[in-house]
Amino acid sequence: MATEIQGANYDANYIAEFSKRRNEPEWFTDLRKKGLELSESLPMPQPEKTRIVGWNFTEFEHEVDYTPITSPEDLPQHVSRLVGQGEQSGNLLVLQNGKNAYTQLSEDLKNKGVIFTDLETALREHGDLVKKYYFTEAADYDTDRLTALHAALVNSGVFLYVPKNVEVDVPLQALSWQENPNAGLISHTIIVADQGSSVTYVENFLSDKKDGRAVANIIAEIYVGDNAKVQFGAVDNLAKDVTAYVNRRGYVGRHGQLEWALGQMNDGNTLSETYTALVGEGAVTNTKAVSIGNGEQKQNFTNHIKHFGKYTESDMLIHGVQREGASAIFNGVTKIEHGASKSDGEQTQRVLMLSSDARGDANPILLIDEDDVVAGHAASVGRIDPVQLYYLMSRGISEHEAERLVIHGFLEPVVSQLPVEGVKQQLVEVIEGKVK
Amino acid sequence: MSTPTLKIENLHVAIEGKEIVKGFNLEINGGEIHAVMGPNGTGKSTLASALMGHPKYEITEGTVLFEGQDLLEMEVDERARAGLFLAMQYPSEISGVTNADFLRTAINARREEGDEIPLMKFIKTLDKKMETLDMGEEFAQRYLNEGFSGGEKKRNEILQLMMLEPKLAVLDEIDSGLDIDALKVVAKGVNEMRSPHFGCLIITHYQRMLNYIKPDKVHVMMQGRIVKSGGPELAERLEAEGYDGLKKELGIEDETVNQEA
Ligand SMILES: Nc1ncnc2c1ncn2[C@@H]1O[C@H](COP(=O)(O)OP(=O)(O)O)[C@@H](O)[C@H]1O
Ligand SMILES: [Mg+2]
Repeated sequence: MATEIQGANYDANYIAEFSKRRNEPEWFTDLRKKGLELSESLPMPQPEKTRIVGWNFTEFEHEVDYTPITSPEDLPQHVSRLVGQGEQSGNLLVLQNGKNAYTQLSEDLKNKGVIFTDLETALREHGDLVKKYYFTEAADYDTDRLTALHAALVNSGVFLYVPKNVEVDVPLQALSWQENPNAGLISHTIIVADQGSSVTYVENFLSDKKDGRAVANIIAEIYVGDNAKVQFGAVDNLAKDVTAYVNRRGYVGRHGQLEWALGQMNDGNTLSETYTALVGEGAVTNTKAVSIGNGEQKQNFTNHIKHFGKYTESDMLIHGVQREGASAIFNGVTKIEHGASKSDGEQTQRVLMLSSDARGDANPILLIDEDDVVAGHAASVGRIDPVQLYYLMSRGISEHEAERLVIHGFLEPVVSQLPVEGVKQQLVEVIEGKVK
Repeated sequence: MSTPTLKIENLHVAIEGKEIVKGFNLEINGGEIHAVMGPNGTGKSTLASALMGHPKYEITEGTVLFEGQDLLEMEVDERARAGLFLAMQYPSEISGVTNADFLRTAINARREEGDEIPLMKFIKTLDKKMETLDMGEEFAQRYLNEGFSGGEKKRNEILQLMMLEPKLAVLDEIDSGLDIDALKVVAKGVNEMRSPHFGCLIITHYQRMLNYIKPDKVHVMMQGRIVKSGGPELAERLEAEGYDGLKKELGIEDETVNQEA
């Protein structure tokens, strides 16, 4: 069945039916209904310095027909190349058009109590656990129209739970692949690393390059318990006709650690916020993100960190390349709340523009409500140096190839520091694909 | 007579509207090594940059033929692939791109797709040339010229020269900032290239470089053009007398040039 969801025409009956078909618990259906109501009254998000009027966040097909794959070997090449190889492989969840197509989790991890499955299954099998973390501490569904819409229509997602003191030393990967160019992917990731545990998770969103009018509304909630550590890697590679709303939020407890490694390589308009709340004393977060804008693409990237606990530390390093007629705003917000004494927040954002039509802007924002802290920022926006290109070309390298080298070089300081080896390799491939 | 490698006729070059090179003529054949000497500010680097196609330099008059082809019609990268090389006085720094990746890309730019240089062969050649130039192995993995000292940059220019094996190399002040040992190393690299198929235009302010790379011809450049040509003995004379002696002989008055060679 293909249902057209338009503007404010969401139907409570449709949502109830959809939820029922999936055997969802009542509390979840109720949340859907509340979300639907709120989506009619709440305003759209208002990203700093980007006008999103006219972006399609609401028109899409909520359910689509397709032929399910039966094993990862059925994945097309542009998808399978993002499946981790070697030590990366083994623990994998493939979502095809939002639905669980393939799951593999080692016996060892199962025995240790690790849960790694799609949201639909998790709701059925671990409903209470999901309830504890779904739109509770890390994210709110009543923030704006898109979070409310998300709660109403969520149709995909990942649930990863790592019990107390379990240290997972292999990465887990979730790969979400959209085939239908008019589909709406409403995906909710929940990652819970309970006290003293550690885990590395990598997610990929990608879609087939087809003309259409698709939407991705992605929310991730990452709970890092006391003394726990999460490395969260993502390589997003949604196609040109997908409007993406990406909202990733972390909540970090005492001496917890959250490391973000993000390759934001969508080809369509993207509104992205990565938010981390350093709640517990001594909580630490570290963000490394790279992006490339192509064509007429418009993007807004906000990286937002709030220090609540004492002795909390944050560091962000964001490098973005804007090619052709692309434009992007990079907002870096470091907020140190009153009481978060002895905290340290640093941020660096750099933007490189390849053409005279490309636009990029970096806005560092430091908001400090506490005296006894250290905070710093650096931001730069610049065009490619024609003398550098001349130098490279004087060795016989074509202009295009010279630009490619300069782009790789510009992103290298971030890429080389990505904490997850698998993400690094994926990213190099995706970057190569974008600047080829 | 065969076609000269490089033939420059009545070349005029301007930068930001100001004419710097004013009627420059020069012909280099086969494996000849020519030296262009001249006081600072006389337009030597401007000439070199214009030959390579630097975006800031404007050719206002004249022709340059490279193996009979119109060099000035070519893009910078085409000039390089045709066999022209310029060791720059002030090479750029490219962050995040390793020397090795850069060199491999440059070599492969000269080869057909599917016929890229085998990695092992590349590494072996690179190791050998770096050894000739007394460059530590770490230079292969360092970012291109980033944080290199003046002398290291010069060596790196010669390394590129040796890896790319052009037909004609213009060396712009390759000796400046080098101590005598480094100068010998760089000269060794250039001398290794000497062959009937490798021409060279050495641009220098000082004569000392020419003790190590013997030129066939020496030209003195002043005020944007060649004012005197001769053999190696001309360089020796400049060493002894400085540029002032020659200026007096030629009746050149130049308020901007007052440096001793
Ligand atoms: N980028 C530039 N902008 C303006 N003037 C320049 C520039 N580069 C060189 N010049 C001027 O051109 C003249 C010749 O410079 P150059 O070719 O570097 O001389 P040489 O290499 O012989 O020392 C000098 O007067 C110098 O100031
Ligand atoms: Mg000079």
